[in-house]
Amino acid sequence: MANRKIGAQTVQLENRPYIIGRGNIGGKKEGEGPLADSFDQILDDDMFGEKSWEKAECKMLEAAMEKAMMRAQLKKENIDIMLCGDLINQIMTSSFAARDMHIPFLGLYGACSTMTESLVIGSMLVDGGFARSIIAGASSHFCTAERQFRMPVEHGNQRPTSAQWTATAAGAVVVSEWPHAIAKGMPVVRATEATIGKVIDAGIRDANQMGAAMAPAAVDTLLNHLQDTGRDIDYYDLVVTGDLGYIGKDIMADLLADAGLDKNKIFSHYDDCGTMLFSKEQDVHGGASGCGCSASVFAGKLLKDMEQGKYRRILLMSTGALLSTISPYQGESIPGIAHAIALEVE
Amino acid sequence: MALQISEEKNKEKEKQKKEIGKAYGKYAKQFTPRPKYFSNSVKAFIVGGLICTAALAVQNRLQAMGLSQKDAGTFVTIGLVALAQLLTGLGIFDVIAKHAGAGVIVPITGFANSMVAPAIEYKKEGPVLGTGAKLFSVAGPVLVCGISAATVVGIIYWFIEKF
Amino acid sequence: MEYLWAFIIGGIWCVIGQLLLDGTKLTAPRVLVIFVVTGVVLQALNLYQPIVDLAGNGATVPLPGFGYNLAKGAMEGAQKGFLEAITGPIKATAAGVAVAITFGYIVSLIFTPKSPKR
Repeated sequence: MANRKIGAQTVQLENRPYIIGRGNIGGKKEGEGPLADSFDQILDDDMFGEKSWEKAECKMLEAAMEKAMMRAQLKKENIDIMLCGDLINQIMTSSFAARDMHIPFLGLYGACSTMTESLVIGSMLVDGGFARSIIAGASSHFCTAERQFRMPVEHGNQRPTSAQWTATAAGAVVVSEWPHAIAKGMPVVRATEATIGKVIDAGIRDANQMGAAMAPAAVDTLLNHLQDTGRDIDYYDLVVTGDLGYIGKDIMADLLADAGLDKNKIFSHYDDCGTMLFSKEQDVHGGASGCGCSASVFAGKLLKDMEQGKYRRILLMSTGALLSTISPYQGESIPGIAHAIALEVE
Repeated sequence: MALQISEEKNKEKEKQKKEIGKAYGKYAKQFTPRPKYFSNSVKAFIVGGLICTAALAVQNRLQAMGLSQKDAGTFVTIGLVALAQLLTGLGIFDVIAKHAGAGVIVPITGFANSMVAPAIEYKKEGPVLGTGAKLFSVAGPVLVCGISAATVVGIIYWFIEKF
Repeated sequence: MEYLWAFIIGGIWCVIGQLLLDGTKLTAPRVLVIFVVTGVVLQALNLYQPIVDLAGNGATVPLPGFGYNLAKGAMEGAQKGFLEAITGPIKATAAGVAVAITFGYIVSLIFTPKSPKR
């Protein structure tokens, strides 16, 4: 039965599901960054006309999903399953969005790796014939995450140099068994393989060192993916991690070089969404983080670049740091996780 | 017997895990930019010093108006607390603190800010269990530790006085 | 001269705080607790009064000054009796704490949280 499994951790998506719709939305600060053009919508006010930050995040997720369905030319009724997650306690943002969307819903939590987690599971469901079309997404909001995990926004504290800035953003994609929305002859993105990552704990205890906490997991998943598929890193035009940020990206590159990968190839084929979303002048210290970071960069810039022919093959690896609001206080370390999905333009 | 061995193994595993964590933490530190110790300290020194000097000027002024030293000091504290809380409400305090750091956190202004900041953030959770409870999420520990320590000191001094 | 000492002593407390924040993993709330307890302990050993005599508000405005007031209240109360020793700390700081709570509550109820401007 399990004939689609290759190697230790990778599955082959035999029917190569199509990614036929994408939608993303960004907050004010994200809209001032280098990726401003790649957002479908940019908020003037991060409250988004709502009464609470949580409601605003929920509305953002819904807006990204509506846009993705519009591009896919599908109605809610045509979507079989909605898979998404966020960072807020018991993923209430996604649950409330699912309540409003009224689509069968699988809530997922993979911390900031949620975008790839939902995309991997969704693609597998479509590939296996369990669903015709699914929608996968993730969201995060600076103000909801910051008050939950760190300090209240108004609190007068200085952010350490390694601290990352939670992105106020959401992204969603529609994965389908057939590319109805895309005209014949036009480029279409398909999912080819997926690698499910293990939880890797390198023993980091500092909640302001997320990049360093997640990098070993990303390295582990990437090396396993390359081994399972028998590929080298330059098979992909771009290998992109979720939100390692500047520090995590450097660590990742260093660890990959240690593992025997060619340094020039790493340099020219690897990047991180957390270093793409903001410019260094925006004073975000370690770069961007949050579910919305990789979700909005992927559903915006990366897919757009693929459609326009800039990249033919991409390996998307969102990375998550697994901590709760209390686990660091109990002296627990912060393990990381990363999942990977290979995408190809046809 | 077997249980004991596995316990020992677990302990060893824990120890190993800790060592890996330490080594990796050190390795990760190479990639982390160091904080600007010197310029941060200079900024904190100047801002903190200025707040104290301004407080002294107001205190002298109040005393010249005829208030006792103790009362004048209390009014100065009240004024600083109220000002810091107002600035927090207006969303200005965190902008100042971003540059001044400990210069505004260590004076009583930091204590005042630490009460309003979480309280304002949890407004949507209601005036009792939201704002009311969160007013003490940071200030609570400060009051608990400070008052407990002082009470112990009081009792010890009472003992010394008595016997 | 008085002003100079207030500036220097107040500044030094802030520098210590800054170094604790930058150099260790201590977060702001922990630093606040450490400072207040330090003030209590120093005054209990009769070491803080000289600093206050020298620097005035430079010693009372930083958080160790809050600890100093708590301890001073306790020590003065202890001379009068057991109950006064216990009520002393809170009595000595009651005005500041009462205003911090009441005014803080009012401010929190009036203003709404904002997205960071930084």
